[in-house]
Amino acid sequence: MTVEALRPKGSGSIHPGTGASHARIWGLGGFRPERVVPNSELVEAIDSSDEWIQERSGIKSRRWAGPDDTVVSMSEAAARDAIAAAGIEISQIEAIIVSTVTHPYQTPAAAPIIADRLGLRCAAFDISAACAGYCHGISLANDMVRGGSAKFVLVIGVEKLTDFTDLTDRGTAFIFADGAGAAVVGPSDFPGIGPTIWGSDGSQWETIRQTESWLDVRDQGLGHPTIGMAGQSVFRWAVWSMAPVARQAIEAAGITPDDLDAFIPHQANMRIIDAMLKQLKLPADIPVARDIAETANTSAASIPLATERMLREGEIPHGGLALQIGFGAGLVYAAQVIVLP
Amino acid sequence: MAQSTQEILEGLAEIVNEETGIDTGSVELDKSFTDDLDIDSLSMMTIVVNAEEKFNVRIPDDEVKNLKTVRDAVDFIAAAQG
Repeated sequence: MTVEALRPKGSGSIHPGTGASHARIWGLGGFRPERVVPNSELVEAIDSSDEWIQERSGIKSRRWAGPDDTVVSMSEAAARDAIAAAGIEISQIEAIIVSTVTHPYQTPAAAPIIADRLGLRCAAFDISAACAGYCHGISLANDMVRGGSAKFVLVIGVEKLTDFTDLTDRGTAFIFADGAGAAVVGPSDFPGIGPTIWGSDGSQWETIRQTESWLDVRDQGLGHPTIGMAGQSVFRWAVWSMAPVARQAIEAAGITPDDLDAFIPHQANMRIIDAMLKQLKLPADIPVARDIAETANTSAASIPLATERMLREGEIPHGGLALQIGFGAGLVYAAQVIVLP
Repeated sequence: MAQSTQEILEGLAEIVNEETGIDTGSVELDKSFTDDLDIDSLSMMTIVVNAEEKFNVRIPDDEVKNLKTVRDAVDFIAAAQG
């Protein structure tokens, strides 16, 4: 049967899009707010101590956005950094994917506003995959470049979590922080982004969530909602369910753990990172992202921020292979092996 | 096959020791995990997952908060083994 035979009018066949054979990350950028907040500033409100916080999270300090730092402004700064690192012109960006859960407008998305700030009118949209959002974005960008939807895609992970943090909540007050990370994904002569292993478990949707729905806030006269977390449940899921996902991403890329030059998990909690490492049994000499100590948990921004820092400080090599895995509210997750820019 | 209270206690003490370094002899039935043994919530979850594997039982997240003493955990495991 010909395609024309399927058409009611008996004619017309769609021309397929043509994309690049492969895609890779061309450049990374980050924005870390200026204000450094040590644990000592938070302990009184949660009847805690610096030692208590460090024992439970490995966090020593974090960055908080200033009053003029917004999801959009932090994204713009990270984006300009990433585009410069990629060595391309801003005008070459053909799509922008922004992962955030803290853009304070239900609609419109942050991405078109960020595009406008960059002087662009390209495709621009937000995705909601919480702490796994950056890895979701990299997966989409990879497919878009290879599918011909865009030549260069800007992926941004950004959060201003302090707008949605209850500073009296002992489970989250010292965990959440602010920042933005960005990556430029473009065409490549070699595979630069491995297959993504991703999925969800919506039966655990209440484990990490906005405390009340917008409708409850309106109908019950509740105050500004924050993000709450059942820490123990997240810990169990993140360690014992995500380690197999990380292993699958390595296998799907067709490499072995010995081939890795970096392991960059979402910076949720140092205890999760350590426990996950114990389960994964990666070779001991592989550098592991521990940016959380000074950045805390910036959700969608944590992986690009950690990667950018490790590259800048020479801890991991350009051209090396990194396993990155994001996991968070949903519950959702995504992992892939990438070639470091 | 169901194990005796003593067998479960000894197995649990080994898991606690592995996670926290606490001497197995200190893991006694009437000790509180948090107040006496100073085990925090994330270490407790590690102990729970390792206990699930060792004793072939399922300990749901919602149940973990009810396991305040070593005896609570031993009794839960014994009941779950049926």
